[in-house]
Formats: sequence, structure tokens, C-alpha cells
Amino acid sequence: MFRNQYDTDVTTWSPAGRLFQVEYAMEAVKQGSAAIGLRSKSHVVLACVNKTNSELSSHQKKIFKADDHIGVAIAGLTADGRVLSRYMRSECINYSYSYESPLPVGRLVVQLADKAQVCTQRSWKRPYGVGLLVAGLDESGAHLYYNCPSGNYFEYQAFAIGSRSQAAKTYLERRFEKFMGSSRDDLLKDALFAIRETLQGEKLTSSICTVAVVGVGEAFHILDQGTVQALIEAFEIAGEEAPASEPTAADQPPPEPGVAADQGAPAEHDAAPMDI
Amino acid sequence: MTKQHQNWSPYDNNGGTCVAIAGADYCVVAADTRAVGCISPFTGAVRQKLGMLRVISHLGMFGGELSRADKSLMASSGFQADVRALQKVLAARHLIYQHQHNKQMSCPAMAQLLSNTLYYKRFFPYYAFNVLGGLDTEGKGCVFTYDAVGSYERVGYSSQGSGATLITPFLDNQLKSPSPLLLPAKDAVTPLSESEAIDLVKTCFASATERDIYTGDKLEIVVINADGIRREYMELRKD
Repeated sequence: MFRNQYDTDVTTWSPAGRLFQVEYAMEAVKQGSAAIGLRSKSHVVLACVNKTNSELSSHQKKIFKADDHIGVAIAGLTADGRVLSRYMRSECINYSYSYESPLPVGRLVVQLADKAQVCTQRSWKRPYGVGLLVAGLDESGAHLYYNCPSGNYFEYQAFAIGSRSQAAKTYLERRFEKFMGSSRDDLLKDALFAIRETLQGEKLTSSICTVAVVGVGEAFHILDQGTVQALIEAFEIAGEEAPASEPTAADQPPPEPGVAADQGAPAEHDAAPMDI
Repeated sequence: MTKQHQNWSPYDNNGGTCVAIAGADYCVVAADTRAVGCISPFTGAVRQKLGMLRVISHLGMFGGELSRADKSLMASSGFQADVRALQKVLAARHLIYQHQHNKQMSCPAMAQLLSNTLYYKRFFPYYAFNVLGGLDTEGKGCVFTYDAVGSYERVGYSSQGSGATLITPFLDNQLKSPSPLLLPAKDAVTPLSESEAIDLVKTCFASATERDIYTGDKLEIVVINADGIRREYMELRKD
């Protein structure tokens, strides 16, 4: 990706037929910390790496509940992600209000995609710099979608986005064929293994990752730290200690302390997440 | 030429009565389930029964689970379409609150929200007469009573709806609630135990059913206390 004369605004095509601003937005997603999702016939699991810039700050919230049956994990500009998840919540509430039934996931995803597309065709706007992994359950089953800043969306069996996501994708590619028949616990195990792949040797503990589930008979919710730590220990996937663990290029703008909300119990050995 | 008076009204009164009583650590909210279409003298007092309704809505329910976090119950009587619309609006607003604040609304907060929602339609009101019951932030029972446009106050007990004129004097006598104008402020909650309060509510409705034609069929009682929420039903006279 190099600077050239066709990348100043989003309404300028390059001679090769590319919109560079949109492609740069997708770069922003790749810089964010990793988020992965996988699904079976009845459950969808989202997991993400929650690294902080410094020990003094709180964790950036990367998984949001949109409704009882839909949740989203983000990678990239978390502020953009927050705004989009607010939009998703609002759409879910309005649909429920009018039709007294949950918004089908496929519809929400299309609405998100159309919203993203608008920003690629207005000279006074910029594309959203965030990739969304939308996990949801509706009458047609369990779904996992990936929404791009470009306005594209795809349905996946399993996917990973963000920095070092290729390692997780490789892990998932080897196993995805059996996910459809997996149990909830197997899905969680695979999710945690995949997250560990992106950590490149660093020890996996519940203080640096967040896991959320939605499934048949189970509303979307984020697992609390105690549960996640128990799962990690049960699956014996802590991994080896890295000799010098340094904070990597995490989510795009430095996390604003007032923004992040507590995911569960405060971390014992890390900076305590902010309580609301 | 005299002005033609409107002979169509956007409102209907489907009747129904609600009662709520606040105790030291519980709150009882009750309403009958009868909804009436119209009672017309020309058809010899034949009434259309619209069927059983949910008149008590859980404003703390999330995902259909009754959890310890549920704090408010709203019982409404009057025009059922407006009652249903009001329930839906409050449920949606509560969901937004939960997304923004990561916790359920407290009963006093919901009380204010209900008042604001009603006043929002000051010039085309919700034809709904509400009582809101629940536990306040200290775990004490609280009851809020409303008029159709949102005027509300916290009280120890209240009754609204078609049978209210029959029930309120009885409750005044039995519960002897101190005037809110007294200083020092006296506790409005009743010293009665939970089961005594429930029996009192059943008595109220049994009597109101006798004389109020809009009240009857079945009584739904919901009790909130520190353990959560539970429901009870009682049959009332069907005539």
C-alpha cells in the first residue's frame, strides 16, 4: 500500500479501478487486535483479544450485545464500532417493536452493509474503519457474518480478523468442517485455541481475552472472566510464557478510559477494567 | 348552523381494575384480566368479552427470564390498545437503558420514565391508568400512582381503573396510610406481612367484582420481593 495521487478522497477511482480510501479502511481493520468467530448448527461463539496500551488503562470493549439473539465483535477503529453497534441495537429494538419478533440476522447485516456502502460514495464522508463479526441466531439457524468497511458482507463457518488473524484462520481452516456438528463446549475450546494462535507464544489468560456465546435457548452474553479462566485451564491451553511481553499495536485510537465497560469480575493481575 | 360534533372517538374504555400495595420488603401488584368491548343498554346489557389480557407488564424482564434483577411491575387499566402501546414503548426504552448503563432500571427511575412518557403525549394522551410497583434502591416496597398524563406520586398503596372507587376507600380504612403532608415524614409502606397483603388484595377484588360490571373473571397477582418475582391467580365472579 503506497501513497499515490488517487487516494485523497473516497470518490476518486484509480486508473486500475480501485478505491484506495476503501482499501485503506480495510487496512485499519487489519491493524486492530484479533477477533474470531465460529459457529455450529445451534451456537455461535465470538472471541477477541483484549490488550491494553498500558497497564494503567482499562480494556477496550470489543464485543457488544445487539439483542438477545445477536452480538458483534469488532476489530479496527473501536469508536466506529461503538457507533455501529449502537445502530444495530436501535434497529433490533425498532424491528421488535413493530413486528414483535427478533430481527433476522441476515437483514441486519444487509442494513449494516448498505450503511457502510453509503460512506464509500459520498465525498464528505469516510468509510467506517472497523470490521464486524456478527453472530446471531434466528429461525433459519445460527449465523456468522463478516461486515467489511467496503460494504461487502459474507457468511462464514468460522473467521478471524485483526492483527495476526492469519494464524487463527489457518487453525480454523484445518478444523472448520466439523464445526457444524460441534457441541457448545467444543466450539468454545476451538475459539480459545484460535485466539491462542494469534498470541504467538504469549500466555493465554482470561484477562487478555473476551468470549461471548449465543445459541438455541441461550441469549447472547459475554462470559465472565472466572468462567473463561476455568475453560482455559480445563482445555489446558495456557501456552508458554513469552520472555518479554510488550504491548503490540492494539486497537487504533488509544482507548479512552471512560469508554470501556467492565466485562465481568475485575482482573486480578492486570489493570482493573473501569466499572460503570 | 351548529357545529357538527365528532361522533367517533379514538378511545374506548375496556375497563379493568388494578391495585398495588407496598410492604417493608415486598410489593404486591394485582389486576383483573377482564377486557370489555362495549356494554350497551339496547342489547340488554350483553357485553362483548375481549378475552383475557396481560395487564401487568414486567418492566424488568429481559429475554423472558424472571430474574432477581427485575425491579418494576406496571399494571394498567383503561383503553387496552393504549395500554399495550405504553408497555411496548417502556420496554423498548428500558432495553436502551440497559444497553447504555449495563444494568436494569431502578423502580424510581422507571417511575420517572413512565411519567415522562405519558406527558410526552399530553395533547393526545394514552388512555391508561397506571400503578407502578416494585422495590426501591434500598429494597423497600414502593408504589407509584399515575393519572393519564403522567402526574405521579409515591404512595404506600393505590388503586386505578373502573373498580378504584370501590377499592380505594376500603384500602384507606385498612391500611391507614399516613398523609404525605405530615412532618416528620412517616413511612408509607404497610406493616402487614406479604401473605396478609395478598389476602387483602383478594378481598378488595372479590368485593369490587360484586358491584363493578367491568371487573371480574380472573385476578392476576404478582409479588416482588428480595427472592424475585412470583405470580398467583384467583378466580373471580364471571358475571
